[in-house]
Amino acid sequence: MIRLDRVTKMFGPITAVDAVDMEVPAGAVCVLLGPSGCGKTTTMKMINRLIPPSSGKIYVDGRDTAEIDEVTLRRSIGYVIQQIGLFPNKTVEDNICVVPDLLGWDRRKSRSRAAELLRMVNLDPGIFLKRYPKELSGGQQQRVGVVRALAADPPVLLMDEPFGAIDPINREVIQDEFMKLQAELKKTIVFVSHDIDEAVKMASRIAIFRDGRLIQYDTPDNILAHPTDAFVAEFVGSDRTLKRLRLVKVEDAMMKEPPRVRAEDTLDTALRLMEEHGHYAVVMVGPRGRARGLVRVEIARDKKGTVAEHQESLPGVINIDDDLRTAVSLMFTHGVTWLACVDHDGFYKGYVSQRSITNALGATYRDD
Amino acid sequence: METINFIVANLPVIGQRTLEHISIVSVSVAIAILTGVPIGILITQSQIAADRVLYVASVIMTIPSIALFGLLIPILSLIGQGIGYLPAVIALILYSQLPIIRNTYTAVMNVDPALREAARGMGMTTIQRLREVELPIALPVIINGVRNAVVLNIAIAAIATYIGAGGLGTFISRGISQTDIRQLLTGALAVSLLAITADYTLLALQRALTSPGLRT
Repeated sequence: MIRLDRVTKMFGPITAVDAVDMEVPAGAVCVLLGPSGCGKTTTMKMINRLIPPSSGKIYVDGRDTAEIDEVTLRRSIGYVIQQIGLFPNKTVEDNICVVPDLLGWDRRKSRSRAAELLRMVNLDPGIFLKRYPKELSGGQQQRVGVVRALAADPPVLLMDEPFGAIDPINREVIQDEFMKLQAELKKTIVFVSHDIDEAVKMASRIAIFRDGRLIQYDTPDNILAHPTDAFVAEFVGSDRTLKRLRLVKVEDAMMKEPPRVRAEDTLDTALRLMEEHGHYAVVMVGPRGRARGLVRVEIARDKKGTVAEHQESLPGVINIDDDLRTAVSLMFTHGVTWLACVDHDGFYKGYVSQRSITNALGATYRDD
Repeated sequence: METINFIVANLPVIGQRTLEHISIVSVSVAIAILTGVPIGILITQSQIAADRVLYVASVIMTIPSIALFGLLIPILSLIGQGIGYLPAVIALILYSQLPIIRNTYTAVMNVDPALREAARGMGMTTIQRLREVELPIALPVIINGVRNAVVLNIAIAAIATYIGAGGLGTFISRGISQTDIRQLLTGALAVSLLAITADYTLLALQRALTSPGLRT
């Protein structure tokens, strides 16, 4: 969708961007990452020609951008900046409709589009359409900034640290909202960031820049698991393995088809099951398979009776859609080494243990 | 009391003089807006040009009005307009330049660069950016400059009576030369009243033209 072919930018004698080659496939979120002054913002701004490249070619949707009128080009690419840049003299509605108005869309069409877009980011059009930017909170302004870029439904979006100016709590919320939006819209996005956590969370591809050069361009998991050199390793942080926890879902790391007992089973049955699997506890499920409690091996050995009489409550359960970071956090919170995994309806699907997490993370390391 | 009697007895003349006064001021400010605003916008492109233009405009402001009228007499005599309406208007245009150019320049320069970048990034041309973003945001400050110019010109126009331009200054100059306190007071009151009225009218205009999103 977007292709950079040996793109170089010189500012006087300084090479800001040095022969960068990269390709962003349609529907991907490509995060340009690096310390300040690494050339990531310059690279992004060359895509909509806010900065003209010194040499090299940039293709958007197969067309050489140098051959498209720059105003036409920019109207076909959504643009979001860190400072948001909502026009204070215009209402939220008119801000959202800036590009549709420039393109001469029918007014009714563009205004109904504005209302639809506001709903997509959970802002009530009835309340917000006629407001002015100064009447919005920072988070609301940023949401409007994002939907303004989407107004004319451009296939490509450029975002320059769009969530950088928002407090950490709101940032998480807006990032999640945005990812949900993106899952629906499937835009091709080039996203500048200096925050590795944000990159890991949002990106399908991460491009790491240093001194104007593209050092590594890969999936977040590969960047974290196999940094290409010491610079990347240092930049992604010594806790990069922990960061990978975020990228793996519980479902992909859990042991499936786990042993289970029912309330009416005897402790002997439970004990046999645990010995067979080498476990020291087993989960008790309800009649339809919902996780209800657990029985410990020492109890099963010492006592007589049914599971129902000797079960204890589960110390913690985790949803199979959560990431491993949440799972590990929950383990530490409850001081346990394993967690029962359930789906959205509470059905017992499997368990994650510290060993299964290590295995899941280790899988990619063992590839080499 | 005598002054009030004088005012009542001379209402038609006072009205006539007031219209002359308004004519001089409004024509000169209108022309000054047409020159000053574009100049103020243009010089935002070059720091050097801005420094020079603002310097020249400041120098013009320091010339005493009576001296400027004097200077214009020999120049405009070449076209037979040494005294009267034309030199008065020209002088007032010159005096208006500083407040209008300076306010336009400052207002446009103070527009948040992020807005300019957003506008450019979304595909606005320079003209569209000026029309949609920069001028609407700069407008309150520009109108402030116009208000300054108008009040200043109402005062200076009173002196233009000495070069035969008419206006409310006529009462003041006659009041002085004839030691007639009634005429003197009439002129002074009328000029003050005109200045205050004009200032409030423009303030109301400024409020009406400012986007609700920019009001503080």
